[in-house]
Amino acid sequence: MIATESLSKRFPRVTALDRLSVDVGPGVTGLVGANGAGKSTLIKILLGLSPATEGRAEVLGLDVATKGADIRERVGYMPEHDCLPPDVSATEFVVHMARMSGLPPTAARERTADTLRHVGLYEERYRPIGGYSTGMKQRVKLAQALVHDPQLVFLDEPTNGLDPVGRDEMLGLIRRIHTDFGISVLVTSHLLGELERTCDHVVVVDGGKLLRSSSTTDFTQTTTTLAIEVTDTDEHPDGTRAMRDALHARGVSVEDGSGLPGAGHILLLTAQGEETYDLVRDVIADLGLGLVRMEQRRHHISEVFTTSDQHEQRKEAVGHGG
Amino acid sequence: MAVEHSTGTSAPAPGDQTRIHNIGYRSYDGPRLGRAYARRSLYSQSLRGSYGLGRSVKSKVLPMLLFVVMCVPAAIMVAVAVFTKANALPVDYTRYAIIMQAVISLYVASQAPQSVSRDLRFKTVPLYFSRPIETADYVRAKFAALASALFILTAAPLIVLYVGALLAKLDFADQTKGFAQGLVSVALLSLLFAGIGLVIASFTPRRGFGIAAVIAVLTITYGAVSTLQAIADAQGSGDAVPWIGLFSPITIIDGVQSAFLGATSASPSGVGPSTAEGVVYVVVALGLIAASYGLLMRRYKKVGL
Repeated sequence: MIATESLSKRFPRVTALDRLSVDVGPGVTGLVGANGAGKSTLIKILLGLSPATEGRAEVLGLDVATKGADIRERVGYMPEHDCLPPDVSATEFVVHMARMSGLPPTAARERTADTLRHVGLYEERYRPIGGYSTGMKQRVKLAQALVHDPQLVFLDEPTNGLDPVGRDEMLGLIRRIHTDFGISVLVTSHLLGELERTCDHVVVVDGGKLLRSSSTTDFTQTTTTLAIEVTDTDEHPDGTRAMRDALHARGVSVEDGSGLPGAGHILLLTAQGEETYDLVRDVIADLGLGLVRMEQRRHHISEVFTTSDQHEQRKEAVGHGG
Repeated sequence: MAVEHSTGTSAPAPGDQTRIHNIGYRSYDGPRLGRAYARRSLYSQSLRGSYGLGRSVKSKVLPMLLFVVMCVPAAIMVAVAVFTKANALPVDYTRYAIIMQAVISLYVASQAPQSVSRDLRFKTVPLYFSRPIETADYVRAKFAALASALFILTAAPLIVLYVGALLAKLDFADQTKGFAQGLVSVALLSLLFAGIGLVIASFTPRRGFGIAAVIAVLTITYGAVSTLQAIADAQGSGDAVPWIGLFSPITIIDGVQSAFLGATSASPSGVGPSTAEGVVYVVVALGLIAASYGLLMRRYKKVGL
């Protein structure tokens, strides 16, 4: 979808991008970096609106330096800042933007109605945008980026300014853009944690340089931690202890989630593959305990960048996951 | 229960819960009409917006009112000419816009900021430039739209005058020639005023400032120029009068039309520029229009995304 090759952008006083080479495939890709890391600059270059100082970039196989207009016809862009006039309705505004993308009048109206419905705007779409909540405005901004059915959308900080519920809804919507609509997404955020659920692939930039580019599963599934909770029985009044001892006897190291909610009842162990699951199942069956839960604790992306020790990571993982 | 494949026209009525929408995503395989179409769409949207069409009722009031104010005197003149069986219209076609210049200035001042300042203020400009259209398309569409709106405003009363003159059975050839000269004059005026108005408005995202600045530029220059011309005329240095006229938009138009379009000058001396001076007027007028276009292009190169 996107390929850059030692892409650099230098302004008189600051280097926004420094020899950035990255490949982005179809799917949802997160572009993570602190404010000022060069995310917005990269999007401008990819839209063919700002020439790169050196290096080259392609979007959908089209060179950004020469095919800017073709690229902009096939991609959508949702800016970070407010961009909506308050005195027109969402419908009028999105219809106008659809026509600006080259859609004939009838198609523009149909696509606008469809798109606004898909982003979750119903009757309110006929009211002036000035009266909308932040969440509704973000949806209108998203709708105008999708209305011409692009192959790829750039979403610049789409969760900015939203409350936790609005944030979750927006992230869910972003996921659907790919799974239901078949449109690839490049979404920027300065919050790593947000992108875990949403993205297939994460690119981390810092100071205009590429820090890391890999799939979300690489980030979070290098080791899988299993959390197990079992019941107590008459035979084993402390089922958790019995379980731990039995696992120890079979050579599996187990930690208990001390300091966590439900401490003393949760066991954490590292899964080495299928056999670990089988082992746990057999041990529980042998002891005659009831299995309350056995679940994977995925590591959060943020842990990849922290230098805390393994134990701390697991505690955090349980804290987040629970 | 009706299963409805929802389309743009079939919005559910509030409270109507009995419809099931086909909520699956449909991709778009239809035509994409590209830059030229987008530019035309922006032009027509801006032109309609200049008369408040497609906008709120409140924003229709002023442009419509000014349009009516612009046409009523022409209608009255025509009525008088028809009933008194006069052998000429009370006012030349070319003079009409000069008399009504305050209305035209008000219109430019109110609609130029409406056209461009809003996009700047609400930061809608990046949305345009993330689409196939480019700076030049945006500038041309906006420029052409305001110039067209001004042409409608200034040409409509001339049409009233012309139709009235024909009804009053005035000389056809004479009237047609005057009407044509009037149209050329207001076309030039529309381009010039649109350019000046848009350049000023594009430098401020605040509509109020834009309105004040446009009014100031159009009226102060005219006030200063006509005062200086009166002084120069009274002091016997009538040669300077045409040159002073180059410093205000409306007197430039007056100069061009009195040199080439058979108008009598509205300057205090009543003497327009000579043909040679008239050429300078035309060059200045066209130069100003080109400069406005250039400044707008420079401005929008900067405010892009």
